[in-house]
Amino acid sequence: MATVELKNLRKTYLTEEIIKGISLSIEDREFVVFVGPSGCGKSTLLRMIAGLEDITSGDLLIDGQRVNDVEPGKRGLAMVFQSYALYPHMDVYKNMEFGLKLAGMPEAERREKIEHVARTLQLEPYLHHKPGQLSGGQRQRVAIGRAIVRNPKVFLFDEPLSNLDAALRGQMRVELSALHRKLGATTIYVTHDQVEAMTMADKIVVLQKGVVEQIGSPLELYHHPRNLFVARFIGSPPMNFFPAIFQGGDTTGSAVQLRDGSTLYVPVTSPGLLPGTKVTVGIRPEHVELAASGPNSGVVEVIERLGAITLVHVRMPDGQIIVVQMDGAVLTDVDTRVSLTLPPGNCHLFAPDGVAFEACHRHPLAA
Amino acid sequence: MQAVLQHSPSSEVSSERRKNASAKRTGFLLLSPSVLLLLVWSIVPLVMTLWYSVQNYNLVDPTLHGFAGIDNYWYLLTDPDFLHSLLNTFVLVAGVLAISVGGGTLLAVLYDQDFFGRGIARIMVISPFFIMPTVSALLWKNLMLHPIYGVYSAMMRAVGLTPIDWLARFPLLTVMMIVAWEWLPFAVLILLTAVQSLDGEQREAARMDGADPIARFRYIILPHLSRAISVVVMIETIYLLTVFAEISVTTAGGPGVASTNLAYLIYSRALLQFDVGGASAGGVIAIIIANIVAIFLVRAVARNLEA
Amino acid sequence: MAVKTKTSTRIGVTILGWGIAVWLFFPIFWMFLTSFKNEIQAISTPPKLFFMPTLSSYAEVFERASYWHFTLNTVIVSVGATAIAIALAVPAAYSMAFLPSSRTRSTLLWMLSTRMLPPVGVLVPIYLLARNTHLLDTCTGLAIVDMLTNLPIIVWMLYTFFREVPAPILEAGRMDGASRWQEMTMVLLPLALPGIASTALLSLILCWNEAFWSLNLTSSHAAPLTAFIASFSSPEGLFFGKLSAASTLAVAPILVFGWISQKQLVRGLTFGAVK
Ligand SMILES: Nc1ncnc2c1ncn2[C@@H]1O[C@H](COP(=O)(O)OP(=O)(O)OP(=O)(O)O)[C@@H](O)[C@H]1O
Ligand SMILES: [Mg+2]
Repeated sequence: MATVELKNLRKTYLTEEIIKGISLSIEDREFVVFVGPSGCGKSTLLRMIAGLEDITSGDLLIDGQRVNDVEPGKRGLAMVFQSYALYPHMDVYKNMEFGLKLAGMPEAERREKIEHVARTLQLEPYLHHKPGQLSGGQRQRVAIGRAIVRNPKVFLFDEPLSNLDAALRGQMRVELSALHRKLGATTIYVTHDQVEAMTMADKIVVLQKGVVEQIGSPLELYHHPRNLFVARFIGSPPMNFFPAIFQGGDTTGSAVQLRDGSTLYVPVTSPGLLPGTKVTVGIRPEHVELAASGPNSGVVEVIERLGAITLVHVRMPDGQIIVVQMDGAVLTDVDTRVSLTLPPGNCHLFAPDGVAFEACHRHPLAA
Repeated sequence: MQAVLQHSPSSEVSSERRKNASAKRTGFLLLSPSVLLLLVWSIVPLVMTLWYSVQNYNLVDPTLHGFAGIDNYWYLLTDPDFLHSLLNTFVLVAGVLAISVGGGTLLAVLYDQDFFGRGIARIMVISPFFIMPTVSALLWKNLMLHPIYGVYSAMMRAVGLTPIDWLARFPLLTVMMIVAWEWLPFAVLILLTAVQSLDGEQREAARMDGADPIARFRYIILPHLSRAISVVVMIETIYLLTVFAEISVTTAGGPGVASTNLAYLIYSRALLQFDVGGASAGGVIAIIIANIVAIFLVRAVARNLEA
Repeated sequence: MAVKTKTSTRIGVTILGWGIAVWLFFPIFWMFLTSFKNEIQAISTPPKLFFMPTLSSYAEVFERASYWHFTLNTVIVSVGATAIAIALAVPAAYSMAFLPSSRTRSTLLWMLSTRMLPPVGVLVPIYLLARNTHLLDTCTGLAIVDMLTNLPIIVWMLYTFFREVPAPILEAGRMDGASRWQEMTMVLLPLALPGIASTALLSLILCWNEAFWSLNLTSSHAAPLTAFIASFSSPEGLFFGKLSAASTLAVAPILVFGWISQKQLVRGLTFGAVK
């Protein structure tokens, strides 16, 4: 049972403002993921919530209580660090016991809790191993176990899987999701892994340079990015962009002209935009279609065959590369001339300041 | 959702300041016992020394008292013994540093090699560091270098040479050797550890690059040791500036002032001639010199110590 | 890809390594040997390597001076000074490593520079202060002085060790609800134990061998081993047997202690100061 609320949180190191006024409310049981480029302030924000960094200004509320001045250990949170930060001089059991002991829990109760958690995480055989004797994945589990035994109101994770190899990361991701469903605890999770963000989050917070760019469900961000930054950041390979000229629009859509003179009628509203304004059309690689001839032609430069899918890199006449995601069996070869078809329903339109125009119809999965 | 609420600085800012202040206060509280003690330890005697240094104060001649102004300093600075002892101090520090750092580096590389009984040989090499200065001075003066009964004299006689009375003929050099014998092991201890921490892949890479042992030493090992050398120079200088027992036991500063360093000169003024005023003036000068050295040394070495 | 070392080089290294080791260790060995000679054998020319060992020198030393009294003083002073210095230095180094301020660096450098204060420069005032506070010729007085002279180096060493401790581990402790005190005693200290141990070892060795203040601030009651040995210097210095026996007695404890602990000493030193 815990809600977290951030009200205009700011953080200044010396003279530099790192977190520039972030407001956000996190519901009970919600799994919130912070994403953003390196150095955007994800860890700093998480650590401010944890109490490991002072809050320069603004309010932090947990369950409606202002906790700005509460010690980290008294906020009812548990944190899993990227480096795991296990106590190297204590065995697995003692690592998990430490917080409980400090909280004054009786011995019998501690033992019961730790054994229960160890069973859940399959750590039972290792309870009396030191962290140095464990593999990366096992250490990761211990770090999670140490967080779970304390039965915290909120879990904080700072890139917990980034030190694991790809296979293990995939496995732990699934386990963490399952664990979250089982425990139902409010969770804040920092990552820069797209897949983690998309698969685990109820709500993603996209940060850039200490500012929130967009908050929403994974599919909301995917289908309705609020601006160029989010459009570029969410989705892999990233969205393609075409420069265009706005020609006119109404409540059912907007007409734009692309470089090669072809016109596109995108179903987005563009209130108050003057014809002749330079805009940007965005479309994801998985939505572009290839044709043998037609408008928007270019030359295939690179083909990446990933098995299930094929990524076709097309060099356009203006020099930019457009990536098209095709079926794994597509036969196109390098150096052939192809033409791109942009289905208007999948196009996004961005104003000169980078803000996206409102789509006429919300995607059914991102209502 | 990213509503930009109006900024209400008053309450938040003051709470932030409070919190920062509490961390600062904790830091200060934890540090203050050590700082206070060292402050007292360095200021009180310093002030007292300064006071005595401008007084006429001789323990055996109570008629001599009162304000002396800069007489004590003048007397000392114009005393050729003083300049001589100053020079000796520098020679001693520089000589021992050169021997222990230079020799220590070479020995560190030597004892990094694998050979039969290396572990025992290493322990033998570092042993002199554990010997107290009075003992090592007595050992060298009597058992080793005594012109008649010393082992070294016996060896010289055995090969047909006339034994030398080292401490009489080359007093400063001999004292330097004795002090170096004590501090070389410390340098070896630190530098050997540092050499061993050099990672094997780097050495192998250098070998693949075709570097011969001398090039490997010059371009791989030596740069790697710079930090450890700083540590050695730092700690040894601290002790070498104040070498006392070795001189007191072996030569008592003589003959004349040939092996008197500043520390011993002040000692002889204060405790042998009972001239508290003069000794204090010497003390002040010693402190000034130590601080000059400290500034240079700490500046030069601090960068390496921090990293 | 290991290049095979030539056998000749190997033999050369072995000879050189052992030669230098024997040469540097020889004075200690000779002292030990001489301590089992009687006075006639001790000054025989040429010096004898093989002889009938006797304990007569030791017997005389024990008869003349109460060795145990001096040793006890040295142990009390060294252990006391080291313990107090570590107790003071741990919080100071913690503060510098984990609660740094803009003045931390200069504070540390200032501390180290106080160590360069030549003791002779302040001998007179310290002597007078010790006399007026009745600390002259007491173990307490000497321990305080030794503690203060070593404190800066101890703070600096601990500081370098503490800085090697990964911050997230301490933060994890704080998330687990540890107070500053618990964080220091239950998380940091066990982690930095090798470093603390080697700092303590170095401090013990330096205190054990400290001569200047021992000789000038004590006379009989609190005189440590450095004073014990000084009393054999002259004119009895010519009694090589007794001198060697006394010297052996004075250095044996710390030498054996040093041999046993040298691994730990080295391990601790590599941890922070060297790398
Ligand atoms: N102690 C500090 N002092 C000064 N600046 C800091 C400090 N800690 C972080 N910063 C700065 O704050 C910014 C945000 O850092 P933060 O660690 O929160 O980024 P991040 O989003 O977690 O990045 P990454 O994905 O690389 O972990 C960075 O520009 C960093 O340089
Ligand atoms: Mg981060």
